[in-house]
Amino acid sequence: MAHGIPKGPQVAMNSKSRRGIEEPEFIRKVLIGIAVGFVGVFLLLPLANVFAQAFAKGWSAYIQSLQQPDTRSAVLLTLLVSAICVPLNLVFGVIAAWAVAKFQFRGKALLITLIDLPFSVSPVVSGLIYVVMFGAQGYLGPWLDSKDIQIIFAVPGIVLATLFVTFPFVARELIPLMEAQGSDAEQAALTLGATGWQTFRYVTLPSVKWGLLYGVILCNARAMGEFGAVSVVSGHISGVTETLPLRIEKLHQEYQSVGAFSAASLLAILALITLGLKTWLERRQAAEQALGQYDSLSSHEH
Amino acid sequence: MSIELRHVSKRFGSVSAVEDVSLTVADGELVALLGPSGGGKTTVLRMIAGLEVPTSGDLLVRGERVNDVPVQKRNIGFVFQSYALFKTMSVFDNVAFGLKIRNTPPAEMQARVDELLKLFGLDGLGRRLPHQLSGGQRQRVAIARALAPRPSVLLLDEPFGAVDAKIRQELREWLVRLHRELHVTTIFVTHDQEEAMEVSNRIVIFSRGRLEQIGSPRDVYEQPKNEFVARFIGVLNVLELTVRGGAARLNELSFPSHGVAEGETLRIGFRPYAVQISSNLQEHPHSAVIRHVYFLGVQLRLELETPSGLILRTRIVKDEFLRQGLEQGSSVSFQIREYRVLSTGANNLSPEVATVHSAANFAEGI
Repeated sequence: MAHGIPKGPQVAMNSKSRRGIEEPEFIRKVLIGIAVGFVGVFLLLPLANVFAQAFAKGWSAYIQSLQQPDTRSAVLLTLLVSAICVPLNLVFGVIAAWAVAKFQFRGKALLITLIDLPFSVSPVVSGLIYVVMFGAQGYLGPWLDSKDIQIIFAVPGIVLATLFVTFPFVARELIPLMEAQGSDAEQAALTLGATGWQTFRYVTLPSVKWGLLYGVILCNARAMGEFGAVSVVSGHISGVTETLPLRIEKLHQEYQSVGAFSAASLLAILALITLGLKTWLERRQAAEQALGQYDSLSSHEH
Repeated sequence: MSIELRHVSKRFGSVSAVEDVSLTVADGELVALLGPSGGGKTTVLRMIAGLEVPTSGDLLVRGERVNDVPVQKRNIGFVFQSYALFKTMSVFDNVAFGLKIRNTPPAEMQARVDELLKLFGLDGLGRRLPHQLSGGQRQRVAIARALAPRPSVLLLDEPFGAVDAKIRQELREWLVRLHRELHVTTIFVTHDQEEAMEVSNRIVIFSRGRLEQIGSPRDVYEQPKNEFVARFIGVLNVLELTVRGGAARLNELSFPSHGVAEGETLRIGFRPYAVQISSNLQEHPHSAVIRHVYFLGVQLRLELETPSGLILRTRIVKDEFLRQGLEQGSSVSFQIREYRVLSTGANNLSPEVATVHSAANFAEGI
């Protein structure tokens, strides 16, 4: 029209109101170019580089470096920590989401804010909290020492720190989902004679399963990848308290670049799998939610 | 199963949702709880179900107090406004849910669900998921699910609210038939007076948490206890009159003073059918112009405007309208055959003055 707005076929097909807000062609190209370029340089290139460095000395060097005893024990420890933390945060997340979405109680807003705390606190600080609590000079240190229980610079400390930083993922995913669904279906189950547990098992859980899985995957990715909080409490004892991210840092500092990047490639693969699953689940959930909107006026006859 | 509420009140924090409601529902009745939104009718229904606990008062079922009986043990069927179907379960599993919870043997369960699906016109849809059904079908699934465990009472919250007008009409007739066949005590909530009139044996009218009137559809229409009920059930013309020179007057209309002192006000109300019109301008004492014609089918609703600008609503059968050669803009003569005094001065309506005054009284006043 009069303002030099392009009349490409795409514009013509859109509704009239679109024309007024359509950006000039060159601005669109510049913005898209910046976004794609940024992702390419700062995300894709480093990721590709991780694999390039890992395989710099060939396939057998890659396998060999992963088979170093300390790297293997780091992988096992990481698996152990996430195997403990993910189920615990799953249970906690479901309970917290249930409480927030289904009940009205004093301090509910505060609870929601507190659930987010680990997102807003630097992981190093989270680690230090545990050192202050359980370390040799900490509040409970002497008492723990007398009972011969070691938390800091040992596996329990790593589990606690990981629990703390991964604590919001499941709850954060479920709360909006459960709030949106309301509690009519649960109440219907109660009127049909179901107990609270039966209602949860047969009605609530199936309706949030995709969101739950999504939260678990994100929680797991973070549990396996956490560095800062774990670094503070771990003590970096090779083969004993070194998780995979800590191991990568140590190898890197020792100039073992193939070893470091081989181990890093494992975390990169985890990231890619997580991303893939996340995308798939998001589509799945969006599709299900679209179907779930059947209470709207759009009733289709069969 | 008989249900009784004795002086039941419900507060949510400082908000009073239901205040001192007493009512009895007899075995096998079909009762409508009617009122504007926020009137407390859904809260009453939820208290009967056990989904809410009364703040005070007693809830009795077959004469036994059930205030503290949990919802699972009340043996009621509840149909939610949103239907609240289990969206991850098939139609069959939805209907079977209550039976499964009661550990019904599979063969018996299969038979009961099949029977209900057939009765509700849902046979062949058992394997569908709720989102694959139409609005009307979902509603029937919700009712079938509620009825499957053979509840002693069926409670429905705005059962026809979420479907379009055409299906709503079918569902109403269907609910009446269903009630006749199954004879289960049924209580439903609605804000639609037409729906309440058409479907129920008795109507309970609520406004702002209080019970305004209980009665048959005909009772509440013809003998409304107060102005709220009169206005809520059907169309009502209301005039505010002032007594001058021994008669209650408003513009060109005048009525007997009904003992109201000079200078005081008087409110009267009358149904559209009480306004009689004729194309013969000599036939009735007053004149007006037909301002607007609303086609309702066999009947028409007319809006009359008097020379001084008063608007009155009336109804006429279409054939009669055509026979008299009337149309929008026609001049007519009219009379008000009967009316009801709603309030005098500052007093609200009392039953004594709520009697209908016929045209004979009216003629005296002119």
